[in-house]
Amino acid sequence: MPAPTPFHPRTFALNSSLLYKEWAGCYAPKRYDVYLDREYYAVRHQATVMDATPLYKYEVRGKDASALLSRIMVKGFAKFAVGRVSYVCWCDEHGKVLDDGTVTRLASEHFRVTSADPALGWFSRHARGLDVALDDSSRTIAALALQGPRSRDVLRGLVGNEIDGLKFFRALSTRLPGRGGIDLTITRTGYTGDLGYELWVANEHALALWDAVLEAGRTHGLLPMGLDALDVVRVEAGFLLGGVDYTSARRAPIERQKSSPYELGFDWMVDLEREPFVGRDSLRRDRRAGPRRRFVGLEIAWDDFERIYERYELPPHLETGTSRDGVPLYRSGRQVGYATSRTWSPLLKRYLGLATIESDLAADGTELEIEVTCEYERHRARAHVRPLPFFDPERKKA
Amino acid sequence: MKTYDAIVVGGGHNGLVCAAYLAKAGRSVLVLERRHVLGGAAVSEEVHPGFTFSVCSYVVSLLRPWIIRDLELARFGLEMIPLEASFLPLPDGDSLCRWSDPELTRKEVSRFSPKDAETLGEFALAMSKMGRFAKPVIDSPAPDPGSLNPAKVVELLRLGRHFSAAPDDELELRLKLFSMSSVDFLDEWFESDVLKAPMSVSGIIGTFLGVRSPGTAYVLLHHYMGEIDGAFRSWGFSKGGTGGVSLAIANAARHFGAEIRTEAPVERILVQNGAATGVVLANGDELRARAVVSGCDPRRTFLGLVGRQHLPDEFAADIARYKYRGSSGKVNLALDRLPEFTSRPGDGPHLRGDIAIAPSIDYLEHAYDEAKYGSFSSRPYLNVVIPSTVDPTVAPPGKHVMSCFVQYAPYHIAEGPEHWPEKREAFGDAVVDTLAEYIPGIRDIILHRQVLSPWDLEQEFGLSEGNIFHGELTLEQLSFLRPAAGWARYRTPLAGLWLAGSGAHPGGGIMGAPGALCARTMLASGNLR
Repeated sequence: MPAPTPFHPRTFALNSSLLYKEWAGCYAPKRYDVYLDREYYAVRHQATVMDATPLYKYEVRGKDASALLSRIMVKGFAKFAVGRVSYVCWCDEHGKVLDDGTVTRLASEHFRVTSADPALGWFSRHARGLDVALDDSSRTIAALALQGPRSRDVLRGLVGNEIDGLKFFRALSTRLPGRGGIDLTITRTGYTGDLGYELWVANEHALALWDAVLEAGRTHGLLPMGLDALDVVRVEAGFLLGGVDYTSARRAPIERQKSSPYELGFDWMVDLEREPFVGRDSLRRDRRAGPRRRFVGLEIAWDDFERIYERYELPPHLETGTSRDGVPLYRSGRQVGYATSRTWSPLLKRYLGLATIESDLAADGTELEIEVTCEYERHRARAHVRPLPFFDPERKKA
Repeated sequence: MKTYDAIVVGGGHNGLVCAAYLAKAGRSVLVLERRHVLGGAAVSEEVHPGFTFSVCSYVVSLLRPWIIRDLELARFGLEMIPLEASFLPLPDGDSLCRWSDPELTRKEVSRFSPKDAETLGEFALAMSKMGRFAKPVIDSPAPDPGSLNPAKVVELLRLGRHFSAAPDDELELRLKLFSMSSVDFLDEWFESDVLKAPMSVSGIIGTFLGVRSPGTAYVLLHHYMGEIDGAFRSWGFSKGGTGGVSLAIANAARHFGAEIRTEAPVERILVQNGAATGVVLANGDELRARAVVSGCDPRRTFLGLVGRQHLPDEFAADIARYKYRGSSGKVNLALDRLPEFTSRPGDGPHLRGDIAIAPSIDYLEHAYDEAKYGSFSSRPYLNVVIPSTVDPTVAPPGKHVMSCFVQYAPYHIAEGPEHWPEKREAFGDAVVDTLAEYIPGIRDIILHRQVLSPWDLEQEFGLSEGNIFHGELTLEQLSFLRPAAGWARYRTPLAGLWLAGSGAHPGGGIMGAPGALCARTMLASGNLR
């Protein structure tokens, strides 16, 4: 049975839909209301707060903390400055992706790593001989994602102008005023592709933080947000999701389900010209050979989609939220890949998808066909490869 | 002197859509707007410091999805936020809220009538079928029943088949919609006045008719054709006010190469040898074009900018007879904080949709009675929205803008329309007094009040007799009769002059269809004449 997070007393009181999902062993609201749009529009126009506590979190401390991370991750952390955050993935010995997450350098000998799957065992296995202490803080540190164009205004009400100096993918350690002060870490990170922050506190201060954030957000239209709206905005932002858009090498029973970072579009993260790290030799070979498949953005031709429904005298119909049913992609009658996430973007007015296709078809604009099912009958609509992210507002980094 | 392919008179949303399509097709286009700001009646203005009002039109529903796609309006800044609910506060402290969640709506309605609650789903299905029937009608030019051109005859036959190829019960429903009053039509489905009253008003918006006047049922349908993202019956706010729609269209038009000038009032349309050849600006400048497109209403276009002397007598007489009869006004309020309704105190999702002051059918009919004899309603029907609850760009944090659409405010008051300025504030007071019956504290939180009578809509926005739709949306003024028989396909009796505003098929609302269909027709004609 899932466990409540420290925010549960507050989120439960607000969740009128009673729709929950299990996320890393915790209760996670899917949406606070049966009507999804409210949360979606709030994150794109106002601000939302989401309980991100279920994320796995690990504290890496000690003289060799950076050496351990450099050994595990596809990029090095020796010269990574205190106060920086990095999005990174890690691989097995064969260069297949195990997980992706963020690494924050909180102090010269203290890093925090987040991951979608438990990783303590994997990290420990590679810590042999290093002066490093690993702690699982997954269930002792609570996390809130405060996202949206007004998130900075909300935080200003909470911690003052200090927030204005916090740049994209940087961390700030501060104290929340009142009650003798609460230690709070703020990172300018998120999974929405918008201006946004993530707030990290010890469990015992979770409710005080929640109350303070909601109070500060009152005049900015702040709403709590669940996973369903997040699933729409992360597709707009072009973020892939482990377990949906790719399978962790640790969970894949067969080879073809595993992915290299190059197949997932993580090329930019990988630094091969450095000391040995897990999977380096395989990745060097992979890079030389080039990936067989590529992760791409997809736009499904709305006119085609609408026409299919018109044949049945039906209006075009999409489930609200993101569909995670894999759907085949074709070119000239041959299957060349699959779409793993599809969503209608109410903001961009485009029907978007995230897909994996043969590398030689990955160029922007390539025309493919996607399977569309209407009235239990199969049809095909055109779909075009598009660059990611679909949505990238200036405010995200400004 | 440069000769443009087309000059568009009026930078309202339809004029801009037309310009964008022409520019996208590679034509040289100039848009001339009289005011300092683009958008016509789809306009946002900072009327009070920090507060942006959708001065006239205030919600968006009918903006055609294919126009959004063709012109890539999302890329050029269009952002829509759906309305969540329809809230009806009642004078006795009770209230009804209809939600996007049908189950929640059913629960609310069943407090007034369990039977109606059950019928709602059935009604919505029937109306959305009707809406789908009407969709091709608003997405293509009006039929031309008098034409012997084989292509048009085929088109007409197809439309005829489309109309008659339906089960008998649907045909019956259509005929009823075309002939009945809103109230009679709704009576066939529902018993509760509390439900029927706010539903019936969809039939009278922008017309000088009452909810019991025959013919108003059809306009109900107009309100079921609205769609956002394929979902019928949904209405939205445009981020930054309805001017946001116009600005996105203008950005698209400029991107495709159109030139747009504001504060460039057109004095008249140049006519030479029976053809439009350009325009004369108020400052005396003459500008030449192969085609002139008017986004203004028919009266202003033909009897104002062109002049009767250049038009066939019969056509001029038709245009003079075409009915405007503005019946509504607008009151925009800047509020210090959220209004507190007696019936549902505090903040909540009921404030994020539209709020109707329409407590009963008799209330609405009484409001019409006063208007019939030349005064504004002392207790009018109000359609209120507070867009700042979902769009923080229109008011400072914690403050709000409230837009009140007010009917009836007849253009033809007993004293004569020119006496509206003396009555304007009394009219504003009637609106605030009405609101105060549901929001007792409203007077204390008003920071600024903007009152627009139909006279003001005419003087400031160029809407003849203050009609928000460029002429009433009644059956005799729709389709192949809009604005006059024989001239419903954007062409006019003057070669090279085109009509692209809401006075052309398929009519008013922030729809863009007249502008887009006009541009398509022009481009299909080859030489734009």
